Amino acid sequence: MRELKILVVVVALTLITYWGVEPFAHSQMHPHVDPANYDFAQADKVTAKEQVEEKKVALEEAEAKAKETGDEKVTHIPKSEYNEAVKFQKTIDDFWASNKEALALTGNATNGATLVQSNCTACHSIKKEGFPPVMDDASSAAAYGVVPPDLSTAGKLYSKEYLVGFIKEPTLASKVSHKFVDGRVHPMPSYSWMQPQEIADMVAYLQSIAPDKMTDKEVFQNACQRCHSIKYGDMKGGSMAAHTPEASIKAYMGKVPPDLSQYIRSRGAQYLHEFINDPQKHLEGTAMPRVGLTKESEVKVISYLEKVGDSKKEQREELGPKFLIYLVIFAIFAWLWKASRWRDVH
Amino acid sequence: MAKFTKANSVGEWLDQRLNTTTLNKVLMTEYWIPKDINFLWAMGVLLATTFGILVISGIFLMMYYKPDVNLAFDSVNYTIMQEVAYGWLFRHMHGVAASVVFLIIYIHMFTGIYYGSYKQGREMIWISGMLLFVVFSAAGFSGYMLPWGQMSYWAAMVITNLFGGIPFIGPDLVVWIRGDFNVADATLTRFFMLHVFLLPIVIMALIAFHFYTLRIPHVNNQDSEELDFDAEAEKYLSGNKKESKVIPFWPIFISKDLAVLGIFLLFYFYLVFFHYEFAMDPVNFDPADNMATPPHIYPEWYFLWSYEVLRGFFFDIGPMKAFDIGLAAFGFANAIFLFLPFLDRDTKILPAHKRPGFFVWFWILMADLIVLTIWGKLPPTGANAWVGFVAATLFIVLFILLPVISKIDAKKRGE
Repeated sequence: MRELKILVVVVALTLITYWGVEPFAHSQMHPHVDPANYDFAQADKVTAKEQVEEKKVALEEAEAKAKETGDEKVTHIPKSEYNEAVKFQKTIDDFWASNKEALALTGNATNGATLVQSNCTACHSIKKEGFPPVMDDASSAAAYGVVPPDLSTAGKLYSKEYLVGFIKEPTLASKVSHKFVDGRVHPMPSYSWMQPQEIADMVAYLQSIAPDKMTDKEVFQNACQRCHSIKYGDMKGGSMAAHTPEASIKAYMGKVPPDLSQYIRSRGAQYLHEFINDPQKHLEGTAMPRVGLTKESEVKVISYLEKVGDSKKEQREELGPKFLIYLVIFAIFAWLWKASRWRDVH
Repeated sequence: MAKFTKANSVGEWLDQRLNTTTLNKVLMTEYWIPKDINFLWAMGVLLATTFGILVISGIFLMMYYKPDVNLAFDSVNYTIMQEVAYGWLFRHMHGVAASVVFLIIYIHMFTGIYYGSYKQGREMIWISGMLLFVVFSAAGFSGYMLPWGQMSYWAAMVITNLFGGIPFIGPDLVVWIRGDFNVADATLTRFFMLHVFLLPIVIMALIAFHFYTLRIPHVNNQDSEELDFDAEAEKYLSGNKKESKVIPFWPIFISKDLAVLGIFLLFYFYLVFFHYEFAMDPVNFDPADNMATPPHIYPEWYFLWSYEVLRGFFFDIGPMKAFDIGLAAFGFANAIFLFLPFLDRDTKILPAHKRPGFFVWFWILMADLIVLTIWGKLPPTGANAWVGFVAATLFIVLFILLPVISKIDAKKRGE
């Protein structure tokens, strides 16, 4: 009985310590963010509103401080940040509202083919339709900052809503408008001058040529590999290096995007899930765009990261229970032996 | 030379030459242990087993690991984890055992404190044990650096920087320890040597010494009762097993150890297969980058309490800089346990529940260490900084008060 009491004390102290240094510390260091949302119009409405509220609180605090100290200057920065947030909220709400017309229309893929081929193939390849890249990767990266994506799979990777939004205004749809200010322009121009019907036609065309099925690796290659390497994906062949050369991507993004080989271990599936859906949530101000993957494509990316970064998961899960069963048998025999030995001395 | 006759068995042959029968008696069948012990006395065998696991898994890891800043990260995370057959198993066994060994060391240590096993006559057991703790800490720290991840690099940076605070020789000492002006390839290579060669050898020697220190004063027991081991052993050998207060190490005592070991291994391998990430900081899966500091730098959980004592003093007091006060407190925290046998002024060996003042002291210390451990991981801002300050101060005050508290207990009993 006494030993049981001691065991309870030891286990309780261990668990309290564990709880403190793991889940509790984690919750303190990584604030909770809103869950992933694939309805980007709705998601942006929520995050823009939250930004306004956050800046409003900061402004009110600064105003209270200004009243106390009589120093009006402390309100200047919070005020301009608040005004920015309000302005952005209007911009983004108007933007998604303006996409509704194109979304409601039924696109004509044949007409879209003509539009895409005359407007997009100057920069984008569409290998599937016989439009090879205009330049090699290094040259196009030097020209645009980053290698433009091949459009063969866009209709599969992205939803209609995202494609419409992206064609109209790439910086707003991908949430990087904060990066393209002071004369810097996004390599892909805005097509907001097009008629809603034309945009709907282009999207219909992209969807009509998209493959029905893509493997996890193909999704990764199309969605991520222009910027990110995943060295362990092909350690010896080197085929999983980023398409854009390091010097170009560094100039374009501000830093070399990380190799993703161990991201499943360093970030975990839950974080990646929230991060890919909206990079700004966990890393405010990051240059990484919201790529716009549908939920289905995003699951495939994470699954690929897991296959590369945690390739022995299956073996581990298969072997674990066997080990434990063996140890249960060992423990039973050990206790029986102990009982038989101690019978003599008690 | 002794007289040798023809041996009838291998055992006899060896006995003639190595005296194995006597050795077996001394080490096993007539090495006497008090009967009045609980499972906490099995921690020694658990530690020996865990250390064995660390050595064996470490040897397998060493076969593929590359102590070079350009190769280290990939040799661990790709070669060992993905290419080598069951490399992942050895790595997880090694990583989890490195963490669990400290949990057991702490349980072992606080069992000793609770039952007064460091007192009168057992000082050398305690001191050799604390030396083991220090060398284990060094081994843990040097091993943590080897995968060359972000936390490896920055932990090495922070810890080696601490030596810079030592008066006069500090800055030179830092360079000498690193082997370079920065934490770099030279640092990794020498930490590799320390981790796989020098420190394990020192640990093995200290383990042998720690066992040896038990030989004369013998192991303590639950009631801290003073036993006449010779008389009790006599009773046991004459067949009075139930009356005798001692039992032989083999097979009686070890049978209980193995039973406890069975439960421990279940817990350990559960962690290895299903919860290994608790012992592997996710930040360390980012390769070391000397241009990007992680947002929070913290050591593994078993160093957090002393790290928090270091961080606890975050403001200058008079002419003393916060860093220097923290460093002095950190030095105090790491050395003070060594002096425990001399700080405890109680004239008798008794378990804590028979010493009212000490009993309170013990549990406040436990609570304080848990608080220090938890807050050692939290960002040291706002209220957290003050919790750290109070807990660190309390830790020091507790040890200053110990001689007084233990003396009062003795006086109350009329001694």
